[in-house]
Amino acid sequence: MTTAHGQDLDALYQEIILDHYKNPHGKGLREAHPDHTAEVHHVNPTCGDEVTLRVHLHDGVVEDVSYDAVGCSISQASASVLHDLVVGKSVDEAMEIHQEFLTLMQGKGTVEPDEDVLEDGIAFAGVAKFPARVKCALLSWMAWKDATARVSSGAVASGADGDEKA
Amino acid sequence: MSLEGLLPELAVIRKDFPILERTLAGGLPLVYLDSANTSQKPQVVIDTMVDHLERHNANIARAMHQLGAESTEAFEAARDRVAGFIGAPDRDEVIFTKNASEALNLVANTLAWAGDRQVGPGDEVVITEMEHHSNIVPWQLLTQRTGATLRWFGLTDDGRLDLSAIDELINERTKVVSLTWVSNMLGTINPIAEITRKAHAVGAIVVVDASQAAPQLPIDIAAMPAEERPDLVAFTGHKVVGPTGIGVLWGSRAVLDALPPFLGGGEMIETVRMEASTYAGIPHKFEAGTPPIVEAIGLGAAVDYLGHIGMDAIHRHEQAITGYALEGLQSVKGLTVLGPLDAASRGGAISFELDGVHPHDIAQVLDSRGVAVRAGHHCAKPAHARFGVQSSTRMSSYLYTEPREIDALVEALEYTRSYFKLD
Repeated sequence: MTTAHGQDLDALYQEIILDHYKNPHGKGLREAHPDHTAEVHHVNPTCGDEVTLRVHLHDGVVEDVSYDAVGCSISQASASVLHDLVVGKSVDEAMEIHQEFLTLMQGKGTVEPDEDVLEDGIAFAGVAKFPARVKCALLSWMAWKDATARVSSGAVASGADGDEKA
Repeated sequence: MSLEGLLPELAVIRKDFPILERTLAGGLPLVYLDSANTSQKPQVVIDTMVDHLERHNANIARAMHQLGAESTEAFEAARDRVAGFIGAPDRDEVIFTKNASEALNLVANTLAWAGDRQVGPGDEVVITEMEHHSNIVPWQLLTQRTGATLRWFGLTDDGRLDLSAIDELINERTKVVSLTWVSNMLGTINPIAEITRKAHAVGAIVVVDASQAAPQLPIDIAAMPAEERPDLVAFTGHKVVGPTGIGVLWGSRAVLDALPPFLGGGEMIETVRMEASTYAGIPHKFEAGTPPIVEAIGLGAAVDYLGHIGMDAIHRHEQAITGYALEGLQSVKGLTVLGPLDAASRGGAISFELDGVHPHDIAQVLDSRGVAVRAGHHCAKPAHARFGVQSSTRMSSYLYTEPREIDALVEALEYTRSYFKLD
């Protein structure tokens, strides 16, 4: 049965999202460097989705993002896309991509995504129409921003508590 | 299709609930299987509340005019109806609260304060691993604040309380045992009488979270033998076809009298001087401020409605639907039900996992087919952790649920499997 609602469902679960869900990129926690890596743990308290995420920065470049996550297809696929988009970029560039993704997700479906910037991330445009799922898509992105801020500010060595509610 | 035990007037009952007539996006009929989350409301509850607001609205117990008298009478009549619904030995033992959480917090807070029942260092409070967060966190707060120790019953693999260590767990240090009557996640019905007998034997009080029990089990507190009768019972209005914003704490007069007041304010006092005050007797001692008046009146209409249909008949209906649902769900490949598999020993909330699809994704696909369920941890994270799962999908039925809605759920789950290309 194809209904208006059924089409929305296909907009939500784009093939790209389901592909990332089944074969996530960069998944698994990789070794931390004491001075260049921060680890954070973010949860979505309403649904229980969780991500533990490590960011490794070196000379202003995002060298690696590694993560261990449990959650729905949207949250898992979004972590995978995050990994693809920010690893190898300068922190400044990565922050711009982050902002672009945030704007897309908070746009309630009215923002036209820029494929040159967001690549596979454009598949999440449909998610923005489902308010309950926006937090799923943003979980790992918010964790990444938090961890990156911690490495940049040197909070790593102080062993700052990385537990944060999304 | 007809199942043994279904309410004979099911078609008529469904007509009492106007929301069941509505359609969702794409013109799909609503299949509402989220009643353990909140139940739908019959027309009589809606009309009673509208009529009160249109014709009788006034503050209660303090307005010296005709509307005030009508409003007070309606509010107190609602207390009588609730007392009748649970078989309270005394209508003044029925305290109106905001919800079940507030009722449980009322008890857990007042037990921390000076009084005959005060909990302190060396005392123990016992709960269970299958509690809703609202029956865990208040007791964590109580024990942390008083230096008492929090202990709990674990669960067996089939989702029942593990009672093997009951004699060690409930001992002379135990001051409070607080547990759910029916689990909101596993559906398990707990042996309240047996546990209460043990607790009373060591002088502990028993608090029962009846949020899931009150909607589906006949409750007659006065008929329980004293040694098996809990001391305090909490439930919420919105799960028994009443409105939100109103809950109930029933407590035995002896225990309620022994607890100090909870919130201070208007209506809970006897007299107030600048130096100190004296307090009203129950129930007003625990009802500071203007209460949720129209909500209480709506709840009175709700329990009256359930009483007319009969809680025995509603319980049989729930069991019939639950049995049918357990059968249907287990026919879905890769689906595992969490909790007891025997409809007779469980309530109408059934949580399950489906291999390869996350509960949020299941709920999303079901919603696109008009089927409303809950997905997540259902405010029972420890119970999920016990079974090694992070979240689950939960269907829950009520007196208006039809077998064809269970069929729609099963069909939508099959569709979910195909949508996510399983097998």
